[in-house]
Amino acid sequence: MKEVVVLSGKGGTGKTSIAGSFAALAKNKVLVDCDVDAPDLHLLLQPAIQEEHEFWSGQTASIDPSKCTQCGLCQELCRFGAIKEFTIDPKSCEGCGLCSRACPAEAVTMKDNLAGRWYVSNTRHGPMVHARLGSAQENSGKLVAVLRKRAREIAEREKLDYIIGDGPPGIGCPVISSLSGANLALVVTEPTLSGIHDLERIIGVCRHFGIPALVCINKFDVNRENTSAIENQCLEWGVEVAARIPFDSSFTEAIICGLPLVEFMKSGVSCQISSLWEQVKKKLDANNG
Amino acid sequence: MVSTSLALSLKDRERMQLFDCDVEEPDDHLLLNPVVAGSEAVTIRFPEIDEDKCTSCGKCAEICAYHAIAVIAQQVLVFPNLCHGCGACSYLCPEKAINEKEREIGIVRWGHLDNLRFVDGKLNVGEAMPTPVIRKVKQGAHYNGVSVIDVAPGTSCPVVQSIKGSDFCLLVTEPTPFGLNDLILAVEMVKELGIPSGVIINRAGIDNSQVEAYCREEGLPILLTIPLKGEIARFYSRGITLVEGLPQWKERFIALFEQIEELLYERSGGLER
Repeated sequence: MKEVVVLSGKGGTGKTSIAGSFAALAKNKVLVDCDVDAPDLHLLLQPAIQEEHEFWSGQTASIDPSKCTQCGLCQELCRFGAIKEFTIDPKSCEGCGLCSRACPAEAVTMKDNLAGRWYVSNTRHGPMVHARLGSAQENSGKLVAVLRKRAREIAEREKLDYIIGDGPPGIGCPVISSLSGANLALVVTEPTLSGIHDLERIIGVCRHFGIPALVCINKFDVNRENTSAIENQCLEWGVEVAARIPFDSSFTEAIICGLPLVEFMKSGVSCQISSLWEQVKKKLDANNG
Repeated sequence: MVSTSLALSLKDRERMQLFDCDVEEPDDHLLLNPVVAGSEAVTIRFPEIDEDKCTSCGKCAEICAYHAIAVIAQQVLVFPNLCHGCGACSYLCPEKAINEKEREIGIVRWGHLDNLRFVDGKLNVGEAMPTPVIRKVKQGAHYNGVSVIDVAPGTSCPVVQSIKGSDFCLLVTEPTPFGLNDLILAVEMVKELGIPSGVIINRAGIDNSQVEAYCREEGLPILLTIPLKGEIARFYSRGITLVEGLPQWKERFIALFEQIEELLYERSGGLER
C-alpha cells in the first residue's frame, strides 16, 4: 500500500482538482481529505457518510466568577493573551492548564474541547475519510493523523493499493502531519512569483522530512518565463517536473458540475491529468517499502 | 493581491501599514518590494531540565498538555517541537529544576515602501506552529492610521489570531463551488468573532449568481468584483499587483475603503469617524 499526498504551499493552485481526478483514475484506493480546515474534496466526490466521529482535542480554560478573587495571577502567567479582565478568550486559549493549576482560589477549570468531527464515507470512487475542524481550533495536525490512521486501516483491511491525500495549503502543522510517513508528495504549483516562492518552502518541508516529491506546474502558459525558472530550479533540487498543465477553464467548469475533471471530459487537459496519474503511480510502485 | 492593492491605493491619503500574517507562505513582499529596515528572530521557549535538581518525580510530564515531556526510567526527555512555550512545567516543578531556553522558529521583518509601513513574518521550514510568529508580526502594529492584515487561507487558530482585534474583515472568494464552500466556513468564523465583514469576488466569470445569492442571504455586502482576466493573472505572475499593472483600479480600492468606513460608521451608530 502506497501513499501520495497532493500539496502546494500556496493555496488555489489546483490540489483538490487534481486529487479529485486521481480518485477517479486510480483503482483500489482510499481517499483522505487532509485539509480539515477547509475541506473541498467532497464537492467532487459526493460522499455518503457511513460513520461519524467526534474529535475531542485539548482543553479550554473557564473561570468561575463566583470563586475568582481577581488576583490577576492567571493573567500574568498566561502566555497566549487568553485572559483579559478575568475572563478567558476561548479562541486564544491553548489549553495548557497553567492558569487552572496556579489559581489560588481554584476558580479555573479545564474543559475538554470538542474540536471537530470526522467521517468515513463511501463514494463512487471508493472509501473516503474526511473531517471538519471547528473554527479557531488547533490540533489540526492531530486530526489529520487520525484520518490517515483510519485510511491506512481501511487500506489494509480491504487490501487496497493506494492512499490518495488531498493536502492542506501552507507548511505548518497540518501539512507536516499529512506528509509524515507518506511515500510521495505531489506538489502542484503555478508560474507566479508567489507560487515559486511558496514552492521552495514546501519542497523544503518535503526534504526536511525525507519525503520524495514530484512537481506539477499548473496554468503553466500564464507565464512561460516563470515556468522555465521553476523547471530550472527543480533540476537544481533534483526534483522531477511530472507535468505542465495549461490554464483551462474546464477545471472550473468541472468543479461547477461537481465532477473530477477526468469524469467531466475525456480529452484535452484530462489526458494530461491521466498521464500525470500514471507517472505518480509509477513513482509509488517503484519505491520499495 | 487584494491586500497589497488596497495598501498601495491608500498610502498617500492615509497612514497605512500592511502586515503579512500568512507566515507559512508570506508573499506580499514579492508584490511590494519594500525596503527592509530590520528583522528579528521569533523565538519560543522550551524547557531544559537541570539534572542536578531533578528528582524524576514526573510532575512535568503529567502537567504538559502537549506531550512535550516524557519521564521514562528516571530519564526526562523533552521534545521541543511539541512544546507550546506555556511555561507550566517550569512554574510548577516542585524542585525548580526546569529552566527555559529559547529556540528560533521564524523571523519578523519590517520596512517600508515610500510612506507605506510593512511588516511580515516567516515561519522556519520544518516548524509546525505559526501562531507565535503571527503574534510577533502584529505586535508591530501601531494603532494609528489604517492597518491592512493579509491573512492565510482557512479558519484555524493561526487565522483567528491574525484576524482578532480587527475592525473589519474582507473575505476574498471566487465564484466556484470551492470558493463558496470556503466562504461559508470563513463567514461562520468571522461571525463567531463578531467582526463585521464584506466580500470581494475575485476571478469573477460569467456566472457569479451562487455567490451573489449567498451574500444576499447573509446580508454580506459585495464590495468589489475583480474579473477573471488573463491580463491580471499575467501581471500577478510577474509580481505586479493589480493597482500597479492597471492603475485605474486604484480608484476602486479607494471607493472600497470608503464603503468600509461608511459601514463601520453606521454600525457604531454614527458615533465614531
